[in-house]
Amino acid sequence: MTAKLLVDASYFVVAVLFILGLKAMASPVTARKGIVWAGIGMVVATLVTFFTPGMQNFGLIILAIVIGGVAAWWSGKVVKMTDMPQMVAIYNGMGGGAAAAIAALEFARGGVHGIVFTTLATLGALIGAVSFSGSCVAFAKLQGLMNKAWRLPAQNAVNIVLALVTVLVGVGIVVSGDPTPTQIITFFVLSLVLGVIITLPIGGADMPVVISLFNAFTGLAVGFEGYVLGIPALIIAGIVVGAAGTLLTQLMAKAMNRPITNILFSPITGEAQAGSGPTGTMKECSSMDAASMMRYAQKVIIVPGYGMAVAGAQHKVYEMTKLLEEAGVEVKFAIHPVAGRMPGHMNVLLAEAGVPYEQIFDLEEINEEFSQADVALVIGANDVVNPVARTDKTSPIYGMPILNADKAQNVIVIKRGKGAGYSGIENALFFEENCRLCYGSAQGVVSEMIGHVKSLS
Amino acid sequence: MEALYIFMLAAFTGYEVIARVPVILHTPLMSGSNFVHGVVLVGAMVVLGHADPEDPLQLAIGFIAVVLGAANAAGGYVVTERMLAMFTKKN
Repeated sequence: MTAKLLVDASYFVVAVLFILGLKAMASPVTARKGIVWAGIGMVVATLVTFFTPGMQNFGLIILAIVIGGVAAWWSGKVVKMTDMPQMVAIYNGMGGGAAAAIAALEFARGGVHGIVFTTLATLGALIGAVSFSGSCVAFAKLQGLMNKAWRLPAQNAVNIVLALVTVLVGVGIVVSGDPTPTQIITFFVLSLVLGVIITLPIGGADMPVVISLFNAFTGLAVGFEGYVLGIPALIIAGIVVGAAGTLLTQLMAKAMNRPITNILFSPITGEAQAGSGPTGTMKECSSMDAASMMRYAQKVIIVPGYGMAVAGAQHKVYEMTKLLEEAGVEVKFAIHPVAGRMPGHMNVLLAEAGVPYEQIFDLEEINEEFSQADVALVIGANDVVNPVARTDKTSPIYGMPILNADKAQNVIVIKRGKGAGYSGIENALFFEENCRLCYGSAQGVVSEMIGHVKSLS
Repeated sequence: MEALYIFMLAAFTGYEVIARVPVILHTPLMSGSNFVHGVVLVGAMVVLGHADPEDPLQLAIGFIAVVLGAANAAGGYVVTERMLAMFTKKN
């Protein structure tokens, strides 16, 4: 009895720590404290769980924690900052998988009784399994293991039919009350396939929103399984994350001007605008020309994109920024809400390179200023500066807010090759009169520019 | 019924907590909330702890659940910590 009381009281404290932690993480000043609080909560929760009455199999539990914990700790430590989004995706998928496995085990040992419990266990299993397999696909795509967007013929119809069948099997489980192993296995297989099928056709540009959606899913699944197991800490943490994740998903989708239903059911594809590519020619320029243009400019706005991050050029870019400032040039960074692979990802990457916050501006803050800038330097960004989003109603990205880099006197684009952007759409900006392209990896080109700027000083 | 109230209040809390977040914190916060649902580890431990020690299938499923839950919690923490560490460096 006292053990039970101790465990329950500890879980209560844990729930409070989680909420306070999340709250603190919502402000830059307290964010670091927030994760520490939540971390303490997690350690307490894990430790007191060993004192739950009636527990056995301690050896296995500890072994499993060590295996999962060490592997994830290590992979999280060594991963590069640019690869963070897929790591979040895979860890999130594992949480979903754990929730689904909990449901599976509860069914296997016949521990779920009553319609409410069965319904929630089944729902949690479905959502968790979809989140698991979907996140794995998201991981594979962002990691570059799977480059193409795969679309089945009549994709939406297939999705809907599969979803309906899965739900029907789920209803069967709930109604029967005492499901057979065949029912359970069929249900899990269908749920896993559903997660894969939903995620496969989604293009890389939409991936952040999808990861966020799966994050909310996992939260819900955890909350439901928490109810089934009668652990309020799980319910609270799960549902808080479910709600927060849903809101975060909406914020992200809004930043891209793509309703969530669009992302899931009509993914961006390059074919959509096959007939009407931009006309004109792309004009190249040398890093020397580009460097002198910036050196003698009044104002330069840098638009960094994921390409810069992949090339690891953010430190070089900041070095060049400092040189230009010493020469009396005003330099600002313009960040699109979905630059990088997740909202805020680019800010993290620039912060890593040491760029001060005061120099970094959001889309709304800086968009008016492009017309006063002598040079807009676009580094490895593409879709977020594509003016067709403003003008071409037939374009799949029409309506997405973009950075008005094309309004600057001169636009210099550093680009690895002549290919289209992440969404597969040709960029009309590159064909504009005031635009020059510098081909090469961001790291190499910016290093050259630094040399040239120095030689001009 | 009691649980329904918990669901509702928790949902509002989650919504409130996120409502006024600057864009720069979206990624760390997503990662942080990813860590918080790593508490699924506790649920996984409880079900493995109550699994029949004689039944290899139950033990296997429970074992997988704990491995996955532990990975969610540990990985989620490390990644979030690393991201947030950058925000405090210069303040």
